[in-house]
Amino acid sequence: MLILAIDTSAVASAALISDDAMEGVVESFATEDTRSHAEVLAPGIDKLLCDAGVSAADIDLIVTGVGPGPFTGLRSGIATARTLAFAWNKPLFGLMSLDAIALEVAESTEAKPEFLVATDARRKEVYWARYTLKDGQLPQLVDGPHVGFASELPDLPVFGAGGGIYADVVNANGEFSTTQPDAASLGQFALALLAAGVELPDSTPLYLRESDAQVPGPRKRAL
Amino acid sequence: MNQPNTLQPLVLGIESSCDETGVGIVRGTTLLTNTVSSSMDEHVRFGGVIPEIASRAHLDAFVPTLQEALHEAGVTLDDIDAIAVTSGPGLAGALMVGVCAAKALSIATGKPLYAINHLVAHVGVGLLKDADGGTGGRGGLRGGQLPENLGALLVSGGHTEILRIRSITDDVEMLGSTIDDAAGEAYDKVARLLGLGYPGGPAIDKLAKQGNAKAIRFPRGLTQPKYMGTAEEPGPHRYDWSFSGLKTAVARCVEQFEARGEEVPVADIAAAFQEAVVDVITSKAVLACKENGITDLLLGGGVAANSRLRELTGQRCSSAGITLHVPPLSLCTDNGAMVAALGSQLIMAGIAPSGVAFAPDSSLPVTTVSV
Ligand SMILES: [Zn+2]
Repeated sequence: MLILAIDTSAVASAALISDDAMEGVVESFATEDTRSHAEVLAPGIDKLLCDAGVSAADIDLIVTGVGPGPFTGLRSGIATARTLAFAWNKPLFGLMSLDAIALEVAESTEAKPEFLVATDARRKEVYWARYTLKDGQLPQLVDGPHVGFASELPDLPVFGAGGGIYADVVNANGEFSTTQPDAASLGQFALALLAAGVELPDSTPLYLRESDAQVPGPRKRAL
Repeated sequence: MNQPNTLQPLVLGIESSCDETGVGIVRGTTLLTNTVSSSMDEHVRFGGVIPEIASRAHLDAFVPTLQEALHEAGVTLDDIDAIAVTSGPGLAGALMVGVCAAKALSIATGKPLYAINHLVAHVGVGLLKDADGGTGGRGGLRGGQLPENLGALLVSGGHTEILRIRSITDDVEMLGSTIDDAAGEAYDKVARLLGLGYPGGPAIDKLAKQGNAKAIRFPRGLTQPKYMGTAEEPGPHRYDWSFSGLKTAVARCVEQFEARGEEVPVADIAAAFQEAVVDVITSKAVLACKENGITDLLLGGGVAANSRLRELTGQRCSSAGITLHVPPLSLCTDNGAMVAALGSQLIMAGIAPSGVAFAPDSSLPVTTVSV
């Protein structure tokens, strides 16, 4: 089973995940900045396939992060994944992007039985979700994802860049204070879910916020 | 990357700069299909295009639109020689969807990708002819060849520009443009003031037919001597337009009727507003043509549907000895066929593709025909 995973909910990242490879990751790439997805994603995927010596025929399915994340960046990954899936005629699934960080927490020595994952939602807010973790199991999403002020988060340890930015008001985990959702972890999560017989959701984006558009009120009449 | 067929390239064009998701396919200068999915209905209650709503709609519409275009043209992705995409100007978030999709198609198929200028694509569409070999020149310019002294007047909700085209692949110049609202935007805002709904263009055009355009005189922006100058010493805005003052004047006018407790003569205001817009657009466009040796003018953009604009442009062009070309409306509004048409011209001219590392540019200058 070979999965192409893509996530652009924060940084742009892509990975080839296989149950045959060591720790599952065949090749991966991730940028550091959160604003150049449209430039770097396609060349990154192209290089990824080339470096791994993988062609479309080898790929079994595509998984994309569906957010939450800043809209324009988020859409660049989903648009890319949907188009690749169409052109290659591959099944496409979507995974909640914060799951990527939750899996990294679960696999680390920092793991907690209950914790939050948070990323930067800009406008002084974070995207966040609450997970529980039982020994030897995948992290379980129990609440969220939501968008809101960091100061209003439940009182639990916070993992991910959303915690790091607001370390003054939340119980941010230091080891994970800059961690962003990454396609490699997302793909591993997908692989684990598939192995467990879980049906994966589709690629509908999780915007969590409305478009900000205001319906204009009636014009004030001059009296 | 495969080398495209440079004689009659089969090109797939992708457009997402505003609220239309377009995929068009051409072979050389022959139009095979022009598939458009519009999010216009979703913008109605806001009275104008909401960029985030348009972007969301592009994401969901792209693959279905692509699928339909391939089906209609009876071709597969394998058959395509090259892909072209609008990389600007336009709404940043909306452009991003089309650009990412186009890049993904390029890496998935190994076909070369051309990142092209939306405004120049409005001109490129003029070169298209029907798949049945129709003789009229489907896109408006007869015979699929650009006239030597060509200008283009683009009027839509997103732009109001007059261009000079010396070579459609590498020499396009902006002679004038709006310095604030696009003409179509002014129509939308005034339609809202008059309670006529969205989009404003068709609503005002229809009502204006029942009104007296001479009942009220609205200002023509940037027509004072200090802006115009003379042919020898042009002022700073000789061929430019401004519609924000006009919109304010309409608002004042409505308020005055209301303040006097009189019924607002909506049809007269619509007619007078439309006359002000169309008068200043056509007079400046024709002036720009005359002073720049332009003998053929192509009309493009959605406002080309406006009956009065077509009528007055036609009249003024013919009295100035300018041949006016108007493509069918489905090719005037934003669409993928125009992107494919320009992509095809670039390939036939031997211009190198853009690769997949370029960034969309919401303010791409018209001098950059391809990135
Ligand atoms: Zn346009």
